[in-house]
Amino acid sequence: MNSIPSRRDLLKGGGALVVGFPLIPGRTLAQRAAATKPVAPTEVDSFLAIDARGEVTLYSGKVDIGTGLATAFRQVVAEELDVAFPKIGLVQGDTALTPDQGKTWGSLSIQVAGIQIRNAAATARAALLDEAAKRLDVKRENLKVADGVISSGAKRITYAQVIGGKNFSLKLDSAKPATPKDFKDHTVVGKSVPRVDIPDKMTGRFTYMQDFRLSGMLHGRVVRPPAIGAALETVDESSINDVAGVVKVVREGNFLGVVAESEWAAIKAAQRLKCTWSKWEGLPEQARLYEHVRATKVEKDEVTSNVGDTASAMAVDGVRKIAATYDFAIQTHGSIGPSCAVAMFKDGQLTSWSASQSTHDLRKQLAEMFTLPLEQVRCIYLEGSGCYGRNGHEDAASDAALLAKAVGKPVRVQWSRADEHGWDPKGPPTLVDLHASMDTNGTVTGWESEFLIPQQTAGSFMVPLTAATLAGLPAKPDIAPGNIFNNASIPYKFANIKTVCRRLEATPFRPSWIRSPGRMQNTYANECFMDELAAAANADPIEFRMKYLDPSDKRGLEVLTRLKTLAKWETRPSPQPPGGSVAKGRGMSYVKYELVRTYVAAVADVEIDSSSGLIHVTRIAMTHDCGQIINPDGVRNQIEGNILQAISRTLIEELKFDRSMVTSLDWASYPILTFLDIPEIEVDLINHPEAPPWGAGEPATAVIPSAISNAVFDATGVRLRSIPYTPDKVKAALRGGA
Amino acid sequence: MAQRKALNVNGRTVTVTVDDLDMPLLYVLRDNLALHGPRFGCGLGQCGACTVHIDGRAVRSCVTSLSQVAEQQKIVTLEGLGSPQRPHPVQKAFIEMQAAQCGYCINGMIMESAALLTVNKKPTDAEIRKALANNLCRCGTHVRIVAAVRRAAASA
Repeated sequence: MNSIPSRRDLLKGGGALVVGFPLIPGRTLAQRAAATKPVAPTEVDSFLAIDARGEVTLYSGKVDIGTGLATAFRQVVAEELDVAFPKIGLVQGDTALTPDQGKTWGSLSIQVAGIQIRNAAATARAALLDEAAKRLDVKRENLKVADGVISSGAKRITYAQVIGGKNFSLKLDSAKPATPKDFKDHTVVGKSVPRVDIPDKMTGRFTYMQDFRLSGMLHGRVVRPPAIGAALETVDESSINDVAGVVKVVREGNFLGVVAESEWAAIKAAQRLKCTWSKWEGLPEQARLYEHVRATKVEKDEVTSNVGDTASAMAVDGVRKIAATYDFAIQTHGSIGPSCAVAMFKDGQLTSWSASQSTHDLRKQLAEMFTLPLEQVRCIYLEGSGCYGRNGHEDAASDAALLAKAVGKPVRVQWSRADEHGWDPKGPPTLVDLHASMDTNGTVTGWESEFLIPQQTAGSFMVPLTAATLAGLPAKPDIAPGNIFNNASIPYKFANIKTVCRRLEATPFRPSWIRSPGRMQNTYANECFMDELAAAANADPIEFRMKYLDPSDKRGLEVLTRLKTLAKWETRPSPQPPGGSVAKGRGMSYVKYELVRTYVAAVADVEIDSSSGLIHVTRIAMTHDCGQIINPDGVRNQIEGNILQAISRTLIEELKFDRSMVTSLDWASYPILTFLDIPEIEVDLINHPEAPPWGAGEPATAVIPSAISNAVFDATGVRLRSIPYTPDKVKAALRGGA
Repeated sequence: MAQRKALNVNGRTVTVTVDDLDMPLLYVLRDNLALHGPRFGCGLGQCGACTVHIDGRAVRSCVTSLSQVAEQQKIVTLEGLGSPQRPHPVQKAFIEMQAAQCGYCINGMIMESAALLTVNKKPTDAEIRKALANNLCRCGTHVRIVAAVRRAAASA
């Protein structure tokens, strides 16, 4: 049985957080203890506490969603404070205790939150040294720190003696941050420190969200409509009279759920409960999805780059015009563990435990849903199954809260596999039209692209909570696919460029972000089209790209140069001469993520069996520069995961649906990559310890679809333009294009 | 109707009280015995996250009803295989290779691999991949998982 300490327990001195004797004179222990732990990102105390034993606790608003962040953040703190790594504890994603550092998304945790944490630790260290210098009566510059012990010659004082149990009461100045350690002095950052969570996970000792239990807790299950927009008509509660342990059938609007004493009773009751729903067929016909996308009203055009005059460039007599349209399927997050949450209403206070990547935002949404003041909602993160974006965790939290309120006891909701596949928000379909002009020398004179993608509600990224929507409770009607305009712009310096995101009024399924949202789809279209232009110019694909990169962008050029070596790249144009019945080819792709950060380049080697239409990726070679690397093995692990997940999304994954509902409701109808199709992976990690650290959780994903597509072209001379590259599509393309 | 059922789990005989012997073994292990190793992933026998050993064989506990398990059969879960202090060779290799991201699927990967190594002490990579072909990982940890199983086989 787990228990989460209340804020009051923590304030009383239990655990790592001890709030007491403030450095500010005149405030007593009692006054301080009655206050709350600061969570504003402008305070050192929001991030760090050092207790009387010298143990450090880091409070992080960003959470480890299986990426190794819990280890990397500890490394940053251990490094900056000079405290041994095992002495660093972590509290993450608790709205009562941790600062709001934004959602754990966008490959930003190290890049943004890591820097905030480093700044907090550097500020704390500076204050500790100032105080130590006074107490030891020595010059500050003569002080050394080793594992939390500050010394100068024989004089010594520990962090615990200086601060133990007290608040720092220090502001963080983001405009003028404390000077962090010189990277040359790093001994913990930059090392492959083993992940803190792995031993427990490998031996069944780890408590995932799905393992969390409260005493007196009941089990809930939801009964979702058979059609997305169906209305609940009748419920026959007597149909589950024979299920022992049922506590309540909860019906509110179109929300239907059951609560039972045991998990199995809840499952059986949800399966057997007889109910009728209205008919609803509001989804487009899947076979004509992209016609539907093209016919959707454009809410606004966002020009993401505009250089020169493309219209004039395209109108020049004698230029060669090249055009292509690429599409990318609707996909689901596919967490191996379906979403799960526990909620408790007590004394007017809602406490929600979930694997939300965004507890501070979930708190706002739950407060809105139940019309509660924000202060009366606390959301606590517990790690769940990997989510790769906004999956169903928050929705399960809304289900659990609704059921807990209805029965007046804590309720745990575990989604079924069909709930997860059917009801988690989806990555929207993407359709991209590209045009280019090329002069007789093979020089690109113009590049135009239009991305047909759903709009994003301005300034708000709240994916509506399913339970609120179904029950008719207050919820913002946001459309929140994420910042999917990113990577629409290109890194290549053509004379004339115009890239436009045509933001559509709606998209068939409730959208959200899935790993490398928009960046993956946009990079796919751009880098495949770039390959088309290279082929049209009869140029080597890497040389062709390097020709158009900004010559001052040395790091971009370096990933490409090193890729040639790593992949043993043969300089020549694509396609290569035809081979036997199994065609082999290589393709490459490049991205400078969002044009401002992590550089990635990759080569895919593929084999295509023309009789079966199967594409087998045999090797991925990748060069990757994410600036300063905190934990090299952690970065490699992320890169490997990006590559394999992206191969799966490129070759296999497509959400299926009829006019009413998702029909991909399990792993048979939504297959993903298996062990039988795993390529060899070679990664060249380029470390820049002198530079800022950038994200590694997403960027490697962005280059994989285009690298594979370009390899298929290299092998066959046939261009695939519709993701996923299923055997049927491959065979049809080979028949049509050979 | 509450019924008592005796089981041998991780070397101990336990008696559980359940309403329904059709209940999958997974829920007894997780809810009645508070074990965290076997995980709910699909309830359909498709993903492998719930895998346990029954008499040394890897079995999907989400589609194995309680009535199918006899009292004398030895059920072993990830917890019973080894501990952080005394890990099983496969667990040790997974830890050394850092063969996890979210780790949710890893119970199945370890249980399936440990069962494989009892019948095939030196599997080839192709045999490891085939043995794990019905275990799904979404994080993309496959390369490390195969390397970890190879390492465990080499260390035995």
